[in-house]
Amino acid sequence: MTKITFVKHDDEEIVVDAENGTSVMNAAVDNLVPGIDADCGGECACATCHVYIDEAWFPKVGNTNDAEEAIMSLNPDRQETSRLCCQIPVTDEMEGLKVRLPEFQF
Amino acid sequence: MAIVIIGAGQAAGQAAASLRQEGSDEEIIIIGDESHIPYSRPLLSKEYLAGHESARLYLRAEKFYTEKNVTMRTSTRAEKIDTAAKTVTVEGGEVIEYSKLLIATGSRARILNIKGSDLGGIYYLRTLDDVNRIKTAMASGKNLVIVGGGYIGLEVAAVAKESGMNVTVLEAADRILQRVTTPEMSAYYDELHTSKGVNVLTDTGVSGFDGEDSVTHVCCGDERIEADMVIVGIGIIANTELASEAGIECDNGIVVDERCRTSAEDVYAAGDCANHPNPILGRRLRLESVPNAADQARVVAANMMGKDKTYAAVPWFWSDQYGLKLQMVGFSADGDTQVVRGDKSANKFSVLYLKDGALVAVDAVNCPGDFMAAKQLYGKKLNLDGLSDADTPLKDLVLSE
Repeated sequence: MTKITFVKHDDEEIVVDAENGTSVMNAAVDNLVPGIDADCGGECACATCHVYIDEAWFPKVGNTNDAEEAIMSLNPDRQETSRLCCQIPVTDEMEGLKVRLPEFQF
Repeated sequence: MAIVIIGAGQAAGQAAASLRQEGSDEEIIIIGDESHIPYSRPLLSKEYLAGHESARLYLRAEKFYTEKNVTMRTSTRAEKIDTAAKTVTVEGGEVIEYSKLLIATGSRARILNIKGSDLGGIYYLRTLDDVNRIKTAMASGKNLVIVGGGYIGLEVAAVAKESGMNVTVLEAADRILQRVTTPEMSAYYDELHTSKGVNVLTDTGVSGFDGEDSVTHVCCGDERIEADMVIVGIGIIANTELASEAGIECDNGIVVDERCRTSAEDVYAAGDCANHPNPILGRRLRLESVPNAADQARVVAANMMGKDKTYAAVPWFWSDQYGLKLQMVGFSADGDTQVVRGDKSANKFSVLYLKDGALVAVDAVNCPGDFMAAKQLYGKKLNLDGLSDADTPLKDLVLSE
């Protein structure tokens, strides 16, 4: 299990235990984290699991992949550290990961 | 008493989650005839069939349901709804009382009933168990005949071809995808599959199957096509029988209002089985789509909790074939004009459909940017000059009202 913190746009923190081998999106929906709809089930087809990675964490999590970038690039609320969290695997290295939930997804 | 959900698919799983998000603490009972907890059906004919399971198939982990006081009654068929007594009877005779009921029974594969259709080796693809059987039977070098050139059939054709099978697609209409897209997109997908070595035969109806115990040939009039296995994908039928037998109004699906309420008090319907009004399209329809099922489930949960939430979403769909991602918004049949953006030969283009100058649909192949933009710009009038230039962002072509 790996601890991940989701920070709502009003700064409320939701700390969850995520199972390694699943995605950060899976951890969000398993724990009723609001604002992560994930309608496509993790196929990078809907862009409804957008998060902002905490800046300190971004180098470790890494940048978007091509499919992700293409679907996010036109979003006016896209930030430097934006990711679709269905594309982030949960591993031991992610222990303590902090991501923010964008207001536009609420 | 409990909130009861019949069906254990995408709408059911989402409704249970949304009820908890909306603050419901009442017991929730999900009754499903499959042996599985809710899973992502779109993955079945795509990644899951191909064996690249990068995404988790189950929508939520099993412990989610236990932790959230959601009782999962899998492998259990609901047999009767009594809307006066507010009960559901399940197989075996057990009677379950409900405070509120969601009918999320989805749909089932349309079954062929012709000569030889009960032979072995003939499969339908709707459930996880179906796909597991198909995966076991698929093998490189075998002859696979797919009956039906719709999205399911074509997705399976792509996976099977890439796994080394000899694949034939039979389509009774004069083009594949005839029911769901324009002649131009049909031609594109026909060429794509043909170029990969799939034998696509249109205007070819199936008259029967030959074989001893297992199918060996598919008969199309006088022609016989060799087949080691057959997959039939000729559409789905909404599961409305439980509702109609209970006296709930049905007309091409269970009739619901914009709050997903049926004609019976405290009974809601959502997903593939629900015929609903769409205020954006200005008409009633029944949709076979995951985003629709999830959105309606959220509407149901809010209304069950006494909140006023109505359903109003632009329909969208997607299909993956040979690593190409097709994303669709709206219905191309609603358009009177179409404009192609991008390069078809490079497999990166979109087709925009306009009605009276306003955007009503998009088919985007490997162009997720146009897909996302179209979701936001639906109904907006666009400047036709420059629309075919893929380098001009769609949002820059919006005409002021």
